[in-house]
Amino acid sequence: MKAKILEYSTRLGDDSLVLGHRLSEWCSNAPFLEEDLALINVALDYIGRARMFYGYAAELSADGRNEDDFAFMRDQREFSNLLIHELPKGDFAFTMLRQLFIDLFNSLFLPRLAESSDKTLAAIAAKAIKETRYHLRRSHEWTLRFGLGTDESRERAQRAIDQLWGYTHEMFDLDALESELAEAGIGVDSGALKTEWEQQVSAILTEAELEQPGEQWAVKGGREGYHTENLGQLLNEMQSVHRAYPGLEW
Amino acid sequence: MSEDLEAKFLRKIEGEEKIEPKDWMPDGYCKNLIRQISQHAHSEVIGMQPEGNWITRAPSLRRKAVLLAKVQDEGGHGLYLYSATETLGISRDEMIHALQTGEAKYASIFNYPAQTWADVGAIGWLVDGAAIVNQVSLQRTSYGPYARGMVRICKEESFHQRQGYELMLVLARGSDDQKALAQDALNRFYWPSLMMFGPHDAESAHTAKSMQWKIKRQSNDELRQKFIDQTAPQIDFLGLDHPDPECKWNEERGHYDNGEIDWDEFYDVINGNGHCNRQRIEHHVRAHREGEWVRAAMQTYEARKKKAKAA
Repeated sequence: MKAKILEYSTRLGDDSLVLGHRLSEWCSNAPFLEEDLALINVALDYIGRARMFYGYAAELSADGRNEDDFAFMRDQREFSNLLIHELPKGDFAFTMLRQLFIDLFNSLFLPRLAESSDKTLAAIAAKAIKETRYHLRRSHEWTLRFGLGTDESRERAQRAIDQLWGYTHEMFDLDALESELAEAGIGVDSGALKTEWEQQVSAILTEAELEQPGEQWAVKGGREGYHTENLGQLLNEMQSVHRAYPGLEW
Repeated sequence: MSEDLEAKFLRKIEGEEKIEPKDWMPDGYCKNLIRQISQHAHSEVIGMQPEGNWITRAPSLRRKAVLLAKVQDEGGHGLYLYSATETLGISRDEMIHALQTGEAKYASIFNYPAQTWADVGAIGWLVDGAAIVNQVSLQRTSYGPYARGMVRICKEESFHQRQGYELMLVLARGSDDQKALAQDALNRFYWPSLMMFGPHDAESAHTAKSMQWKIKRQSNDELRQKFIDQTAPQIDFLGLDHPDPECKWNEERGHYDNGEIDWDEFYDVINGNGHCNRQRIEHHVRAHREGEWVRAAMQTYEARKKKAKAA
């Protein structure tokens, strides 16, 4: 079971790190200074989560690895983040709509994980819930501004929704490991969150006068290391310094 | 009448009272402040670029988080200083326009490229270190909002400086490769850091009036000496070679002597020949332009909400 929890914590760490990386790319590129600061804030929350999940995985591995070994010394085929996190940051609408979908998911997922019988996972989740509440307030508000703003903002938001939609389904899939952990009261049955998530997405999009895509397509594979081409490039950049001088303290 | 006002203003300055936004102030004082505080704000904002350039490549998660938080602080300082400047009757849009057209300046140090990871440490240690020496002095500046801003900013900056120095220390005590990175970063950033204090007092265009109005409290050369004095033992402690072979302790003066700064380089970079002058401004202009539709959406949405409320 320990090995399975290690794997689970690594997956959640990968989700956090990869999304945190994408958010950090906004630094000095945001539409105005206050947004630079807010996006860095959210990025920091995700990097912080990655450190906690990896730190726990490292502890469970008991083979001398630390959080950085998980972040910097694994290749993209070993990364198990859901694909939605690795998509390039796109324009500001794409970034905020991705946040909306993920924030809504996390606002359902984290309270369940906070009830995990695994105390460490529960504690990480409890801390993250508060952050996600703030993230969701932001992404909800921005969705309204886009949808009820100008023609251009509405078009950009709608395009982002259409581009992202097929990557949302994967959030609700469970493989054998996740099913087993959910049954054991350690992990979360994310499949059970889908109906509520859809209702909440639908309510916000309606409020913003945006359309929920009818077209059903779904790209999947992140948990098995079957990634888009974007992840390899992201990791090349992220791991470059660490790997150029292996085995050192920084 | 205006003589009375001016006399009262000068009396206040003389008596070390702070000038506040609603107080009468001479035009020149106001313009001088706008120039200086907005330049300071722009420096914080443009300074996000060279360090931001390393966030995605930081070699450990802890360093990544520390760097993100630092760059966020710098942006926060920019915001705070823009607000302080706005108390003098200029809008943020006007200031951004002045920055983007080259009418307003920012610290020339940010026109140097941050080439290696060690540069992140050197910038924190030396660039923030030089900035603090200047800012500590500015805590006593005569304009209230600026002085109060400096108190707050100094606290965070000294935290950054310690973090930068600690990063350098880890490199300097690390592998040969890491030590070489640290030495190289020191060599490239030491002299430009000295230049941050501006030209010699005799050459400085703004010093005299600024000192009289107590906007500036210590001269460029005094502040630079302070920085040279505090930095020499720090370099020594790192076990790195001092980039200035003439830097020696002078018992008689109670200060370190130093070699002459390459002023040709100083003016060269100021005049647009640095590695990054164009890049920094183009980056700022691009981000601002790409954000135009976002700002427009926000305004339209707010207006729509207000209208709905009124109806």
